[in-house]
Amino acid sequence: MKVLVAVKRVIDFKTHIRIKADQTGVETANVKMSMNPFDEIAVEEAVRLKEQGIATEIIVVSIGSNACQETLRSALAMGADRAILIQTEEKIQPLAAAKIFKALAEKEMPRLIILGKQAIDDDNNQTGQMLAGLLQWPQGTFVSKVEVLQDKVKVTREIDGGLEMLSLTMPAVITTDLRLNEPRFISLPNIVQAKRKTIDIIPLTEFKVDTKPRLQILKVTPPEKRKSGVKVNSVAELVQKLKDEAQVLS
Amino acid sequence: MTILVIAEHDQNALKRATYHTVTAAASMSSDVDLLVFNPQVSTEAAKISGIKHVLVVDEKNYAHQLAENVAPLVSELAKQYTHVLAPATTFGKNILPRAAALTDMAMISDVIKIISPDTFLRPIYAGNALATVQSHEAIQFLTVRSTGFAAATQNQSATAEIKALDILIPNTLSQFEGEEIHISARPELTAARIIVAGGRGLKSLENFKLLEKLADTLGAALGASRAAVDAGFAPNDYQVGQTGKVVAPDLYIAIGISGAIQHLAGMKDSKVIVAINNDPDAPIFQVADYGLVADLFTSLQELQLELDKR
Ligand SMILES: Cc1cc2nc3c(=O)[nH]c(=O)nc-3n(C[C@H](O)[C@H](O)[C@H](O)COP(=O)(O)OP(=O)(O)OC[C@H]3O[C@@H](n4cnc5c(N)ncnc54)[C@H](O)[C@@H]3O)c2cc1C
Repeated sequence: MKVLVAVKRVIDFKTHIRIKADQTGVETANVKMSMNPFDEIAVEEAVRLKEQGIATEIIVVSIGSNACQETLRSALAMGADRAILIQTEEKIQPLAAAKIFKALAEKEMPRLIILGKQAIDDDNNQTGQMLAGLLQWPQGTFVSKVEVLQDKVKVTREIDGGLEMLSLTMPAVITTDLRLNEPRFISLPNIVQAKRKTIDIIPLTEFKVDTKPRLQILKVTPPEKRKSGVKVNSVAELVQKLKDEAQVLS
Repeated sequence: MTILVIAEHDQNALKRATYHTVTAAASMSSDVDLLVFNPQVSTEAAKISGIKHVLVVDEKNYAHQLAENVAPLVSELAKQYTHVLAPATTFGKNILPRAAALTDMAMISDVIKIISPDTFLRPIYAGNALATVQSHEAIQFLTVRSTGFAAATQNQSATAEIKALDILIPNTLSQFEGEEIHISARPELTAARIIVAGGRGLKSLENFKLLEKLADTLGAALGASRAAVDAGFAPNDYQVGQTGKVVAPDLYIAIGISGAIQHLAGMKDSKVIVAINNDPDAPIFQVADYGLVADLFTSLQELQLELDKR
């Protein structure tokens, strides 16, 4: 069974972002970039499926500039078999990304496509669902457990009230939540080995899909800052302040 | 402008998030319809101020509201509307992007403010930036954050017309196998006036339970950091943050939580924030209105005593 995994290069989750002075976006030059954490979980899950003898080939794909090769290399070092970079300098919005992945899925014919539930830059949480809809495949979103059984995949989803279990007829799309697994540490030998694996570079223009941005970001601004608070010296003082000053306790 | 709101509900009642989503819709138009998936909730739905029609579909065919047939239903209905709104909950986030794609429309997630009927404000980068997004799509698909909009009210004299729809779209792709719903007598996290949230600093499941008594004394909901959930101290539906729930109670008490940006993303719009942490440099203190640098275990005991005095 072939598994396709989508990965995105984003500003590292530990980095404090800087908003550009002209309000056009967030500064990405000279900032530490890494694989979107949810996508790392997606790659890890695919690798575990291969280790269990369920997946036979793992293909990782990223849409973006040449710099995304670094992200794909990390996925290869984790255990993916080959990588595809769909090369573009354009900023690709979720609907366009879903259309590109659909075109690729029709070519590669995976049984399972795994994506992160959201990218931590735009926080959209859309691409996996859109892709599943366009392919007319079932979707398991925000998944914390995956079990492949012949032609079906059983998933446990993290929902607002608790957990939901679904059975999906493959081919299917899965989006990962944080508790699905803990991605492995990449060792030096793995990095060396990954250098021998191939990254196919396909220009976006080879995919005949409409990637025109549908949404326009008019500006990006900082959120309102909270006014700074005070330190209290004791629990008694805290309770008194909550009652008399903040008036949130009766 | 005509707007369709997709209701989130269980067998018996609408979820609070639905009421907040209705407010967002009603701020743009007086032509707002509400789609429900069970006739049980249509009477409640018809009493919400600002709703014109309640659309009801066959509850058996759309049981558990699985995306595989709910999204095509929403996409089919969408053609008669200028906007389709759903709450930015796991329910809305699951269904709406699929429905938008089936309609060949882009979607805007987590709207916190409507600037004009085609321009919206939404947080990006875990709330560390706000994007003003304009869309020229023929139909706007939006998920709405409850924290950005007040809840619509029930109006006993309001009676929206209830319309049964007989659009039966089969689902041959997915099957509901079961659920584990966490039932609690405490208020729902996203609707609570007070939240007591615990982090890794609690150190164990047993210790996390210490928060229960405090929560009950205060009539509060319980929340948790990701680290506390990952460690098994609390169930997943307690998680507050960028990738958990977004809350804005009157009072948020963070106990043994360091205040990582991913956690702050889910609670920094709370009215009053209290932090108890023994590390004076913990980032949580930068957003706290009242910070107590102390051992949480002694503080918890003292706090309980202090509150019991009242
Ligand atoms: C993609 C991604 C998404 C994420 N999403 C979320 C999310 O939605 N929500 C979320 O919360 N996190 C999220 N995180 C995780 C986040 O980065 C932090 O790791 C997490 O919030 C830390 O939880 P914590 O504050 O409980 O633990 P820690 O950071 O370990 O903090 C524990 C705190 O307890 C204090 N403490 C310890 N002992 C005591 C004591 N005896 N008395 C008083 N204080 C004590 C310590 O000083 C410390 O500040 C996400 C991370 C990633 C990468």
